[in-house]
Amino acid sequence: MDQILANALGELITPMTAAYALAAIGLAMHFGFTGLLNFGQAAYMLVGAYAFAMATLAGLGLVPAILISFAASIVLSLILGIPTLRLRSDYLAIVTIAAAEILRFIVSTTGLNDVTGGPQGLSGFAREFYALNPFPAGEYGFWAWSMDEKGLWVRVVAWSLVILAALFVAKMIRSPWGRVIKGIREDEDAVRSLGKNVYSYKMQSLIIGGVLGTLAGIVFVLPRAVQPGNFGTGLTFFIWTILLLGGAATVLGPIIGSMIFWVLLSLTDGLLSAGVDSGIITFIQQDQIGGIRFMLVGLGLMLLVIFRPQGIFGNKKELYFNG
Amino acid sequence: MNQLTVRALARPAKWISAGLMLLSIMFQGGAALAVAPEPTQDITSQYSIQGTIRQGAANPVKGAVISVVGEGFEGSATTNARGKWEISVPTRGTYTVTLDLSTLPEGAKLKPGFENVRMVTIDKVNTVVALFPLESIEDPNVKPTPTTNVLLSRIFAGLNFGILLAMAAIGLSLIYGTTGLSNFAHGEMVTIGALTMFTFNRVMGLDIIVSTLLATLIVTAFGYVQDAALWRPLRKKRIGITQMMIVSIGLSIFVRYFLQLVYGGETKVLSQGATWNIFGVLMPAVNVICAGIAIIALLGFAWFLTRTRIGKATRAVSDNAALAASTGIDVERIIRIVWVVAAALTGLSGVFIGLYFQASWDTGFSILLLLFAAVTLGGLGTAFGAAVGALIVGMFVELSTLVIPPDLKFAGALIVLILVLLFRPQGVLGRKQRIG
Repeated sequence: MDQILANALGELITPMTAAYALAAIGLAMHFGFTGLLNFGQAAYMLVGAYAFAMATLAGLGLVPAILISFAASIVLSLILGIPTLRLRSDYLAIVTIAAAEILRFIVSTTGLNDVTGGPQGLSGFAREFYALNPFPAGEYGFWAWSMDEKGLWVRVVAWSLVILAALFVAKMIRSPWGRVIKGIREDEDAVRSLGKNVYSYKMQSLIIGGVLGTLAGIVFVLPRAVQPGNFGTGLTFFIWTILLLGGAATVLGPIIGSMIFWVLLSLTDGLLSAGVDSGIITFIQQDQIGGIRFMLVGLGLMLLVIFRPQGIFGNKKELYFNG
Repeated sequence: MNQLTVRALARPAKWISAGLMLLSIMFQGGAALAVAPEPTQDITSQYSIQGTIRQGAANPVKGAVISVVGEGFEGSATTNARGKWEISVPTRGTYTVTLDLSTLPEGAKLKPGFENVRMVTIDKVNTVVALFPLESIEDPNVKPTPTTNVLLSRIFAGLNFGILLAMAAIGLSLIYGTTGLSNFAHGEMVTIGALTMFTFNRVMGLDIIVSTLLATLIVTAFGYVQDAALWRPLRKKRIGITQMMIVSIGLSIFVRYFLQLVYGGETKVLSQGATWNIFGVLMPAVNVICAGIAIIALLGFAWFLTRTRIGKATRAVSDNAALAASTGIDVERIIRIVWVVAAALTGLSGVFIGLYFQASWDTGFSILLLLFAAVTLGGLGTAFGAAVGALIVGMFVELSTLVIPPDLKFAGALIVLILVLLFRPQGVLGRKQRIG
């Protein structure tokens, strides 16, 4: 029991929680503040992960690799945005989800084995990152939060990025630019009548949120290998659940949402697993627990959107689902 | 009104049952009718491992023997006059493919670095190519062109797939047209059709006609219950379209993993029966009959939409719900009928797609984006547009494999979707004022 709780609370600060929080902050920029229905946040993470891994494996160094992945992310935003931002909002939803799947099909095709690693993916690209580790080897933290020096380094970097991204988005939203963006969410035509170029503002929002998603992709793969299977539509839907859980039109919501989401998932996994082991739960097997986690996410997403669309921290007036 | 519905649906139903009758005859007397094909050769559109053995582009090797072992399956094939071989396998998984070197012509040998035994894995795609490259005995300047036969077989497969997609796409489009909902849980209706077909036909051993009807009935009921228990209350609560769309995503995840819990993660084999030779292309007979029934169902549906009062009312609601209500049409009742009809079409499509692709817990979800592509291609919310869009998508998916690797064929169709939005966002049959 103690172990289950420790595992769950350990999720609070894992790099994965940080990566999902970052991706959800990007999505908050898209959906929460601008009203863009981006269902392809996984595509931005995929671009970040692959561009970063491929560039570092090619020996280009860390900083150029990050810049390359940002450039790739901006290109992706332009490709997605140009045809769809003028159209009704659900077109963007369909195109982004399609684009995410196209990219996943392309990186996992066996024809590109030499470039992307095909279905196996890429690994061994993070050596340079860990070489920069300033912490001496040893054990850090206590109880649920014990880690080695590598774990500490990747957590420090990941959460610093989350804080920086949150501060950046908060600053942007309070600026005149942010007011225009929120105006577009509320009433596009009103903003247009004020002489603002709505299309251009939407594109800027798409690019900023996309770059945050790309950064999330890099953080996501630092402690693990790049595998195409990780970037399916399930990833995007998890990020949406996190965003709606915390509150779509808030800056802190995505971060807290990600923490709650992973702690709850780990807790239910742990409890179900213990229940099956001790024979209390008999209607499922150990290997079916992963599926139940998804069912809970699906159910949670439905209930959230129906009964509390503004999320835990949101203000009902702030969240306006247009369309 | 009620009687009208019954009459409207009675005729297509008669055609469908006639088709199903044919289907059943096929299965009882299937073996006798078949043109004695190799059971593992050139059956399009199931899981298969294939390849070509040749010594350079213009020198295919005929008669080389390839065998496949894995996942409890064993099979072998002999290359044809064009050097091609194909072995259909029952499920996704890892297989060992062996080229029998003793069956190669004198002097033929593999290119350096290649072995005559390979492992291949079928996971996301249905067709995997296993290559055994031989050293060329010629000047490699002549480019091979696809022969008409390969082209014809792709066209047939594309038409077949397109027709099956069309039924599900029309369902999606109808629901979108009347309620504005982009239903991400639509794929799950396809899956339920395919999996309950498996339950009735394979687990309970019921007759194929009875199973098809029961599976379709279950999906129809699911459509009715879905609307009554979920979507209608949400409409009454005046929940926005975007929120409803996200609810449908949640529903899709929930139902999909529920089905995984019940049926497990592995693929259920549904295809059966004999193969027909049509203009030199071998097609599983069941797929041909399914396509025939699907065409009849589509025609019947078109007749319903254009000739009956309810069909006309449906189109009126789809055009402008408020205006339709003001002329005395009961919009909620029409929406309920739309859900039932859409679910029936989608369920039938699911059964046939199961017979075509086999069934697994994510069958519907894996084609959901193709359905959206079809609906968008034809123009959001127009039923006939969705059918045309589905044919284009099906055709494109199958024909594109002539140029691009088969594991990218779905990606190709989705790229077309983005291109269409770029140049003709209202779709092929859509009207301009529908967008923006």
